[in-house]
Amino acid sequence: MLIDLPISELSEKLRSKTVTSVDIISECYDQIEAHESKLNSFITLVDRETAIAKAKAIDETIATHASPLAGIPYVMKDAYLTRGVRTTAASKILDSFIPPYSATVHRKLEEAGAILIGKMNMDAWGHGASTENTDYGPTKNPWDQERSAGGSGGGPAAAIAARFCSFGIGEDTGGSIRNPAAWNNISAMKVTYGRVSRYGAIAYASSLDTMGPTAKTAQDCAYVLETIAGVDPYDATSSPKPVPPYTKEIGASSKGKKIALPSEFFGDALDPEIKAAIMEAREVFESAGAEVTEVSLPLLEYGVPVYYILAPSETSSNLSRYDGVRYGGKRSLFTKENKRRIMTGTYALSSGYYDAYYKKAQKVRSLFISEYTKLLSQYDAILSPVTPIMPSKFGELLDDPMKNMMADLYTVTVNIVGLPSLSLPCGFGKTNLPIGMQLVGNMFSESTLFALGHTYQQKTDWHTRQPTLVSSK
Amino acid sequence: MTGSTDTSSNMTKSDPLTTNDIDKIARLANLPLNEAQARELTEQVGVTVSYVSELQTLATDNVTETSQVTGMENVLREDEIDTTRMFSQEEALSNAKRTHNGFFVVDRVLEEK
Repeated sequence: MLIDLPISELSEKLRSKTVTSVDIISECYDQIEAHESKLNSFITLVDRETAIAKAKAIDETIATHASPLAGIPYVMKDAYLTRGVRTTAASKILDSFIPPYSATVHRKLEEAGAILIGKMNMDAWGHGASTENTDYGPTKNPWDQERSAGGSGGGPAAAIAARFCSFGIGEDTGGSIRNPAAWNNISAMKVTYGRVSRYGAIAYASSLDTMGPTAKTAQDCAYVLETIAGVDPYDATSSPKPVPPYTKEIGASSKGKKIALPSEFFGDALDPEIKAAIMEAREVFESAGAEVTEVSLPLLEYGVPVYYILAPSETSSNLSRYDGVRYGGKRSLFTKENKRRIMTGTYALSSGYYDAYYKKAQKVRSLFISEYTKLLSQYDAILSPVTPIMPSKFGELLDDPMKNMMADLYTVTVNIVGLPSLSLPCGFGKTNLPIGMQLVGNMFSESTLFALGHTYQQKTDWHTRQPTLVSSK
Repeated sequence: MTGSTDTSSNMTKSDPLTTNDIDKIARLANLPLNEAQARELTEQVGVTVSYVSELQTLATDNVTETSQVTGMENVLREDEIDTTRMFSQEEALSNAKRTHNGFFVVDRVLEEK
């Protein structure tokens, strides 16, 4: 399949006219027609004729496009405003919302000539780790359709695994890019806070939200990030730091790189199959000349409590704007999980409890920053699992707030501190379910993480494996 | 608020929240809840609140709060109109369910005497 090829190769073929964008887009729509009914990854599918027309226009002007993403099909989590294309955040509140403007990320991709084919399923407003808390039916895991595709960005991740598109744009507040990446056997970069503009992304928790690429490989993610990163006058929290040439720096050697392995991530909560896969990954990094050292990150267990104060507090404030007056429907349409988080956050911010909860969590946030800063002053990256559990069966996380929260155990601390984290496929369990690992680095060290990930993917083939669904007709 | 760290989902005895608390929070959050939803949320929000209270065991006496991680302060711009970001009245109203003569229609908040 064309869509199996890396973005760099597809781009070269488009330029040499050995392949057309129409070929690629047609293949994607054939694949969607064959398999989407089994997965439910889309909320809104751009109609085939519109996408083909765009592809034709790109094919005719390919020589004038500087971006390697020209003519390449992509999807977005339905949390991004796309002018003229319905945007729901997977909530019936926005069921008929047609954005009058576009997110900066979407604008940049359109300018690059990339072709949007769909807006993808997610937990409504980003609340969840399984794409079950959606008003559009759960997204099924391409590797086992009785299981969740992860969340909150299960839709874009499943679509990449199912070869419906080349790359996706996710949004990560507590693991929403990385968790589905791990459960679908794809690669994904949760960027440093501020690396990519949040303008036009529907806010979950503003101090934690980050926008990032998901794709089959670290290298593909690097191509996408190069395009979408950078300062944006419309987002005052976007960083003015220059965007490094990620795709040029990705070839950097891993020799002598120092990787930390914090023991707290390998406790009783961790599934033994995931543990075994991470230990194998450790050996791969060592064989590439990296030095892996066991360390301690004692605060880890406090990450989920901090997150489940800060994120609900911020979301209770952000979602207060949905009053059904200027756009959207009534507040009674929020899902159970939405209501849980809005209520928890409102409680934590309410008079008499603010100091004990919100302020306390903000202080512990400072402790996390100190602990990570100290560790990352001595190491280039921290290696850990993405999730403590294998892809969950439907219903397992739903309606159990504790289980739902613990699915985020390994991912949330990164958002609290603002660090980048690259999620990569690193193996399979006995029942052929994918396992993911993450490499966490210093603020704005995406380039280092991409290089480590690229080294790993040249030495392993996990990322090339496809669910049987893809090849079946 | 108790310092309970019981994290079982079936917690009933040590629920830190009452239905009265939930009613009050629901009013603050402008969330319409029926009785069954309020009962369920009393238990479930209670579980979360008990669990996050674990933080009380950490010493943070001389720690300053972090509200954002960019390290940037006072990001300013020129006070100029950006016409590329302006909506026409029609665009601004395009997603409203109720409009009247080019305005949003809102529910009455003042009572007539």
